[in-house]
Amino acid sequence: MLSVFLEVLRRDLLLAWRNRADVLVTLAFFTIVACLFPFGVGAEPNLLRTIAPGVLWVAALLATLLSLHRLFAQDHTDGVLEQLLLSPEPPVLWVLAKVLAHWLTTAVPLIVAAPALALLFDMTQSATMVLVLSLLLGTPILSLLGGVGAALTLGLRGGGMLLALLVLPLFVPILIFGAGAVDADLAGTGAAAHLMLLGGGSLAALALAPWASAAALRIAVE
Amino acid sequence: MLEVTELACLRGDRMLFADVALTVQAGELVRIAGPNGVGKTSLLRLLCGLAQPEHGQVSWKGQRLERTRERFHREALYLGHAAALNDLLTPLENLRFAAACHGLGVDAGRCELALERIGLGPQRDLPAKVLSQGQRRRVGLARLYLSENVPLWVLDEPFTALDVAAVRDLADWLDAHCAHGGMVVMTTHQDVPFATPMRTFDLAESAC
Amino acid sequence: METGQRFSLFRYAAPQQFYPLAGRLAPWFAAAAVVFTLIGLYLGFFVAPTDAVQGEVYRVIFIHVPAAWMSMFVYLIMAFWSAVGIVFNTRLSAMMAQALAPTGAMFCFVALWTGALWGRPTWGAYWVWDARLTSQLLLLFLYFGFMALTRAIEDPRRADKAGAILALVGAINVPIIYFSVKWWNTLHQGASVSLTKAPSMATTMLMAMLVMALAAWAYTIAVVLWRVRPLILERERHTEWVGDVLETSEARA
Repeated sequence: MLSVFLEVLRRDLLLAWRNRADVLVTLAFFTIVACLFPFGVGAEPNLLRTIAPGVLWVAALLATLLSLHRLFAQDHTDGVLEQLLLSPEPPVLWVLAKVLAHWLTTAVPLIVAAPALALLFDMTQSATMVLVLSLLLGTPILSLLGGVGAALTLGLRGGGMLLALLVLPLFVPILIFGAGAVDADLAGTGAAAHLMLLGGGSLAALALAPWASAAALRIAVE
Repeated sequence: MLEVTELACLRGDRMLFADVALTVQAGELVRIAGPNGVGKTSLLRLLCGLAQPEHGQVSWKGQRLERTRERFHREALYLGHAAALNDLLTPLENLRFAAACHGLGVDAGRCELALERIGLGPQRDLPAKVLSQGQRRRVGLARLYLSENVPLWVLDEPFTALDVAAVRDLADWLDAHCAHGGMVVMTTHQDVPFATPMRTFDLAESAC
Repeated sequence: METGQRFSLFRYAAPQQFYPLAGRLAPWFAAAAVVFTLIGLYLGFFVAPTDAVQGEVYRVIFIHVPAAWMSMFVYLIMAFWSAVGIVFNTRLSAMMAQALAPTGAMFCFVALWTGALWGRPTWGAYWVWDARLTSQLLLLFLYFGFMALTRAIEDPRRADKAGAILALVGAINVPIIYFSVKWWNTLHQGASVSLTKAPSMATTMLMAMLVMALAAWAYTIAVVLWRVRPLILERERHTEWVGDVLETSEARA
């Protein structure tokens, strides 16, 4: 049972490695979006410090969004998705493996790069720590929920825009708690509550989203 | 074994066919015939559980497909139009992945043998994107050489883009599968000589 | 006996049974909607007393609050029909969900619009990032997403099922969105005046609001019944009974 999970995970990681330019593009996108804001709002350090958590979280969210189409699209056109659906193992397993591979190859690089970007906004060390923690706990929800959206819009014309319309409203709570965690830390009220909510959200998404994705994929190949 | 009753298929808002009844017993080779667009591929996809019928049901060993999904997927193999290859992986990697997902439990050595048998030995470590159309097809078909213990084979146009020798070899292999009590349901536009008596099911008779 | 009961229960779940029933019921609900609206508006605009703090402006809540309630109810009902469709595999439920979505979006929009009109004199701005208004805006996006997805998918069966999944995912998220926005709001803005917290709710005010809510229900039911009829015909056009319906209507014309 675990073998399908591991096989799919291994394959998707291998594919991400052979396609590593994609990962770099996502990372570059994240950086550029974050760097746009000072040009838009001015380089006043206090202002930048205030908006930094929100800016970095929005940038991470958009970068994840743009990478979501990669989750199932190639397998859909190749016919691999059909074969996966014909596997005797429950679809939830390999959906989870694909989402995990997506998270490892998209979100983890962003999380690693986030402290460097935090420097550009002159964030304090403790705020940067909280930012990294909030991204670590919050980005799995982005990948899991985004997977549902990617599965629902699979193979549709204008799927990318539609995907954004479907998932961005659902991402709002994650943005609120993610950026809120850093704000709370800066305000000195402690970020524990926010981080716990993000962690709880990740667990809930882990329990529910793969089922919805699997059902949506079954519909998409019909 | 595989039993289809009163099957109807709706594509978009058009009823493709209705009242299809078909039984496939062990050792049988069934060819689904009919003109283009009559719904041969749709029927095959219904047979292997990839699509839901508008009406009627498909049963495997006396149980409805949705009740016995896991077992059925273990005992059925479907090869569709798409070769199910990823361009960045080699034929060997693609084949191993497909076999592992199907729960076949075969090692790399057997996959290499299967690729050699279908004539892809020299190409097994090249990325799939450099393969020709016929070679891509064959990577998919190589799964047949790993699936002798999977009773039901559902094949959509397996012979297209194959050369004469490969067609001959594949036909022999299908014969051998049927001789061992396997079942083959397929579509083909080619006249392939089989040793097994082939039953032709004309889907045009059920077309709407 | 048992089969008889089942039959009567599920009888109207069949599109060909529901189609004429919807046609018969819709005018009655439409009439009810008109009557309730007239009574509600009369109560709200002429009978209810002037508010001590806000003056006459507050009267917009007789439209705003029922619209906001209804926009949330409609999403819940959509999610309910979607769940029914997934569990029992009934075709009609997906059509109901799709017929409901535009009405829900409309109520959402009305709630936002009246909220802005009410906010201008009260807050001094058309838009304030108030928790309720913001949730309402996100709900509107959820409706847009649902409608865009079901329209983007050409195969009606796939559209039905994909829409159902999306509606359920959205329904689970609606309370999460609401509470997160509320939390965000208290952190960033402090408490703001809320539309439904009218200081002292006189009985006539409450009555007017409830009558308007009834009007919104009646309107929704009427519009959905009307909207679902062409949907049924479109989806079932490969069947015989739709052919018969179209023939008789042509003959009448």
